[in-house]
Amino acid sequence: MTMDWLPHLPIIWFVLVGVLFTGYAMLDGFDLGVGVLYLFVKKDEDRRTFLNAIGPVWDGNEVWLVTGGGALFAAFPPVYATVLSGFYVPFMALLAGLIFRAVAIEFRSKEKWGWWRQMWDLGFALGSMASGFLIGLIMGNLLQGIPLNIRGEYAGGLWPLLNPYALLVGATTLALFAMHGSIYIVMKTEGELQAQVRRWVNRSIAIFLVFYVALNVATLFYAPHLLETVKERPWLIVIFALNVLMVLNIPRENHLGNEFRAFLSSCAAMALLLALFGLTIFPNMVPSLPDPERSLTIYNAASTAKTQFIMLIIAIIGVPIVLAYTACVYYIFRGKVKLTSQSY
Amino acid sequence: MDVEILSRIQFAFTIAFHYIYPPLSIGLGVILVIMEAMWMKTGLVRYHNMARYWTRIFGLTFAIGVATGIVMEFEFGTNWASYSRFVGDVFGSALAAEGIFAFFLEAGFLAILLFGWNKVGPKLHFFSTIMVCLGAHFSAVWIVVANSWMQTPAGFSIEYKGEIMPEGFTPTSDQILHSRAVIHDFWAMVFNPSSMDRLAHVLVGCWQAGAFLVISISAFYLLRGRHKEFATSSLKIALTVAAIASVLQLVTGANSADGVTKNQPLKLAAMEGVFRTQSNAPMAIVGWLDMEKEEMTGLEIPGMLSTLAGGSPEAVVTGLDAFPREDWPQVQAIFQLYHIMIAIGMALIGVAWFGMVLWWRGWLFQLSNPIVRLYYFALVLSFLGPQIANQAGWFTAEMGRQPWVVYNLMRTSEAFSAVITANQVLGSLIMFSLIYALLFAVFIYVLTRKIQHGPDHEEDNEEMPASWIAMMERRKQGKPTA
Repeated sequence: MTMDWLPHLPIIWFVLVGVLFTGYAMLDGFDLGVGVLYLFVKKDEDRRTFLNAIGPVWDGNEVWLVTGGGALFAAFPPVYATVLSGFYVPFMALLAGLIFRAVAIEFRSKEKWGWWRQMWDLGFALGSMASGFLIGLIMGNLLQGIPLNIRGEYAGGLWPLLNPYALLVGATTLALFAMHGSIYIVMKTEGELQAQVRRWVNRSIAIFLVFYVALNVATLFYAPHLLETVKERPWLIVIFALNVLMVLNIPRENHLGNEFRAFLSSCAAMALLLALFGLTIFPNMVPSLPDPERSLTIYNAASTAKTQFIMLIIAIIGVPIVLAYTACVYYIFRGKVKLTSQSY
Repeated sequence: MDVEILSRIQFAFTIAFHYIYPPLSIGLGVILVIMEAMWMKTGLVRYHNMARYWTRIFGLTFAIGVATGIVMEFEFGTNWASYSRFVGDVFGSALAAEGIFAFFLEAGFLAILLFGWNKVGPKLHFFSTIMVCLGAHFSAVWIVVANSWMQTPAGFSIEYKGEIMPEGFTPTSDQILHSRAVIHDFWAMVFNPSSMDRLAHVLVGCWQAGAFLVISISAFYLLRGRHKEFATSSLKIALTVAAIASVLQLVTGANSADGVTKNQPLKLAAMEGVFRTQSNAPMAIVGWLDMEKEEMTGLEIPGMLSTLAGGSPEAVVTGLDAFPREDWPQVQAIFQLYHIMIAIGMALIGVAWFGMVLWWRGWLFQLSNPIVRLYYFALVLSFLGPQIANQAGWFTAEMGRQPWVVYNLMRTSEAFSAVITANQVLGSLIMFSLIYALLFAVFIYVLTRKIQHGPDHEEDNEEMPASWIAMMERRKQGKPTA
């Protein structure tokens, strides 16, 4: 067997890490989105329906983040180190958000007291919102580029991370998750609640598109260097167009009552967005601005070919098994939510 | 305080809090598999109802375990970026493997374990329970492998400025910025000298944590005269697991100590309070170290340590004096924590086997007997034993590794993130303290409520789908399941 492809391992791992984070966005994206929309339903029973729609699957969804992080650690250690230490405060806030939303699901329905449920409701909703927003904020900074020192470590402070462009990407991500979550809820509910959420789908799509357009305009002002990339890689526009088509397909499917296809469309839109993100920054993983030569790339930040090869074998064995039983679990818990004594 | 010490405090605090929960999930996982297996075998509804009740306790511990576990994976990067850069090539693959092989398995099948009771057949449910238990064990495998590599690094080379260095090269603080550990032999990394001994010790400690929690709650019900059938059966299963695990723990503990003697003599000297290299070294039962005079005072068995470590009383045990004092870990704390762990381990053997003897003599459930009643009070508190011992053991292992983050290779003072500030870490430490205090209070409250509430059903089978009832009827008649 020839091993000529070994030098391409960094590319393979760039794609695989991207796939893991796309899996995270598509899956945890909808349960974070459910959290974003959560406070808009007022009736206790409806809130419980929301929680139980994601009840059996949310922690499996979060594993995509953990595994994506682990893969990043192993395949590109300097990227993992620079991003997590550079974005220290946003990541700590993200952890707080993820903790609150996780335990809120578990604790909320354990007592009937109004204050108890309200407290966990707030924890679940605010935790979900903060998580979605912060993930976007971090991605926005990476897209734009961050200052790196000679050792490839983040050389800015906390406040530069809260720049308008990154905040806008954060808001766009939040809107995207809300859209994704609303479609998922339509799929999992029936009757009056479903009719109510069905109306939210179009609204959340509209809000997302407004942010998305604003983001593209803002790119002209805040990250003009990205336009150069688009000029070099004109095919990025095809991905962009496909992405918009997928988003616009959602209200059509929703109108026709094809909830599942609307959801798939939304998943595809998310995958295309992340592809757009990845292919724009490629071969950088942490673009450095203003010193592009300090950027962490898939080559200078790669672990050894040996480690990436071992990891590839682990992925080839593990990922198909994971996909198979994850699909089985989703199949078993398909259909509308029914509240029972086992429910949250 | 500086970034290094604050980051150490934060890591220690978040891992110690996290470590309350996974051992319970692993141990309760084993108990759940046994209960469901007995249900499948006998077709008795009692075992089904037991499994359902303990599943709820399991779900509670699992949720907090997941929420606090994500923190751990992120902290390597946020607080220990220099460490992550240096070891990522070796250490990262173990963490990634944990995600792929363990966490997905656990989380995926957990859905069926918790919510699948009325949705899937009994066999698929039993299979899911086994998978969750297996996934929990796998997660211990990979994280203990990763940690053991930090204790006894193997299977790697050091790359300095892009060149592979000869074996035994230890980078200085200046060199470490341009160095990294690179994998040389994956299986040598996985099966590094301490990983299997420590894995066995950790897993058995987890079984103890789960078993003694079930013992405590069951004993509480029996003392109160509540849910008698349910609590009796639960106690029998958990006591059996606890009795086996407690003895096994003595064996795995001795193996681990052997490994420490060979691989980390300085740590052993601190654990045993051996200041001077000597033959005929005694083993302390309890004691206090005078760090000025470098003496141990306390109750000791003469020559025992030499015998255990070297095979005969004449064997020489390396003392702390063989190492420069600036490389010593915090000897007093390690000595005390280690001895607390051992004392509890011994006590747990006593508690479990006293119960086995009572059971064998037919006295275990005679609560009118004052001695049995007194024993039950001890049982109610026994869940604390494995919890304290697990924590003490981990603190011994981790503090004993200091001042190294990777033993004899990278110092903790070289490992923290260069770009974060002390105030940021102080802020996050305060944040975690507040959140975890709240979580712990709510956990105790919800657990207490679940205990007070007790099982929904004991001897009836309300709510069960017809197919499950049919399965049980076939089982009771000794026919195989369809």
